[in-house]
Amino acid sequence: MTAAAAAEKPKAIAARDLTRKFGDFVAVDHITFDVGVGEVFGFLGANGAGKTTAIKMLIGLLAPTGGEARVAGFDVARQTEAIRRNIGYMSQRFSLYEDLTVNENISLYGGIYGLSDKQIAERGERMRKSLDLPNELVGRLPLGWKQKLAFSVALLHEPQIVFLDEPTGGVDPITRRQFWELIYAAAARGTTVFVTTHYMDEAEYCDRISIMVDGRIAALGTPAELKRQWNARSVDDVFVRLARPAGVEEGKK
Amino acid sequence: MRSALRAFVVKEMRHILRDRQTLTVLLAMPLVQVVLFGYALRSDVRNIRVAVVDASPDVETTALRDRFRATNRFRVVGSTSTLASVEPMFRQGKADMALVFEPGFAENLASETPAKVLLAIDASDPNTGTTTEAYARAVIQQYENDLTERRGAVRIKTETRMRFNPTLESVNLFVPGLIALVLTLVSALMTAISLSREKERGTLEVLLVSPLRPWQVIVGKVLPYLVLAFANAVTALFAAWLIFQVPIRGSVTLLLAQSMLYAIVSLSLGVLIASVTSSQRTAMFGALLGTMLPSTLLSGMIFPITSMPRPLQLLSNIIPARWFIVIARGIMLKGVGLEHLWKETLVLSVMTAVLMVASIRSFKPRIA
Repeated sequence: MTAAAAAEKPKAIAARDLTRKFGDFVAVDHITFDVGVGEVFGFLGANGAGKTTAIKMLIGLLAPTGGEARVAGFDVARQTEAIRRNIGYMSQRFSLYEDLTVNENISLYGGIYGLSDKQIAERGERMRKSLDLPNELVGRLPLGWKQKLAFSVALLHEPQIVFLDEPTGGVDPITRRQFWELIYAAAARGTTVFVTTHYMDEAEYCDRISIMVDGRIAALGTPAELKRQWNARSVDDVFVRLARPAGVEEGKK
Repeated sequence: MRSALRAFVVKEMRHILRDRQTLTVLLAMPLVQVVLFGYALRSDVRNIRVAVVDASPDVETTALRDRFRATNRFRVVGSTSTLASVEPMFRQGKADMALVFEPGFAENLASETPAKVLLAIDASDPNTGTTTEAYARAVIQQYENDLTERRGAVRIKTETRMRFNPTLESVNLFVPGLIALVLTLVSALMTAISLSREKERGTLEVLLVSPLRPWQVIVGKVLPYLVLAFANAVTALFAAWLIFQVPIRGSVTLLLAQSMLYAIVSLSLGVLIASVTSSQRTAMFGALLGTMLPSTLLSGMIFPITSMPRPLQLLSNIIPARWFIVIARGIMLKGVGLEHLWKETLVLSVMTAVLMVASIRSFKPRIA
């Protein structure tokens, strides 16, 4: 990191030439970007563009083969323990336990992140009230509620940064809307939100977005900037123009 | 971080307790196994059909023949005077054994010359044949002993005493193996399934992103199943004792401790299997093939290791159940303690250490 960059206002995430190769295949190719504290950052790309690989490096599930990245000020290659305490993560797949109740899931994750029983009880109660959730077996909840619950659970330990990997997949438009309200609420409390999505209308809700094509960042900026830059009416248009080469191979992943 | 582990263990127990069907099956399994194995799969032989060949019947031969008749194992199906006439009965499967008396049996018995009896046994099934022989010898010997007691004269003595298992109850021999089987099933299979389920559903990813360390995930997974395994070991022993009067001649505490050691070996194996497989189904078959089958077939539980071909004998050495069965039989049937079983215990302990390290290693926080 240069001295000038370090002197700027605090960064939640700073990636410099972050690279990951699998054999000869370069999944993530020298990506460089910053995410400011409290920002909602959209991480876009077609299937197979390298989004998931990039996220896995940022959350310490995959070691980079080149470059560096700092998350919450910690090095992803060496300080994964510290990073884990400071981030929340909601995976692509629904990650709560369906055979446990809402409260049981909450106390599990609260416990794992070292919250006291009192904190767990308080935050769990608050969460259930604001989401209007019954204390049912999670498996019995509709998908939209499950996703909202998973998001809230990822925020239970009040992390600095929350990573959401396609959080709204398969969810109806109204619930998606509600989900984004939750994201804004979290951002308003100062949580940095790093979100990948397929839905281009959602990209418009982000403060800034990056579009990955073939492992590289092809575009980076606010939605308005990108539309101006590419003379497009929507982020969708920008995306289609950029992502077409990779889009041909869509569907593998 | 202790609270993290506690939260995780609580979660695991909830999974287990909530799945009532599986839990019921797991808890009832030892009982069902003991009963099934005890009655259906017993390798001892009943209803042995005996043809008596007696050229010159006398008091002694009649008495001995009655002895056979009096047992619940033998049934006298015919009497002839030559061995040749028994042959067709063998071929047609009408007799399992011929009891052949030499002429002048009673005179020889009364004199110094040994009285001779020939046991001709249908050994087309070698196991049955051996067992039959042992039973027959036991009957003859009993008769001999009684005579000796009454008349004080020493007769021919064929040593057929079966140590540790005088009644030749095969149930005694396989109950130790059965405990191994039940523990393998609960420990290896269930852990493998439960861990690979987390992998398949994506919850493992979230756990790995959390501050929970890999060893905590493993310990959290293993601990509740260890409790279940303990309950199973107790059930199996109790059922075996209650239904079949299988003895525990040695220390029950030592036996249970050894059972837990064996359960830990199996649990580590289950974790290892789940680490290297990618789906629940593969993990399940992996556990079945990798632990259940060898534990049943190569451990000496059913088939004696000494009668296996050399390569299989060597292979049996790496199967934990083989060592546990020696330990359990030692404690239950021979009543020996650790001083005789330290070698097997050491082998199991080393296996535990190796498998534990291997499973924690293979269970990397960074998944590709």
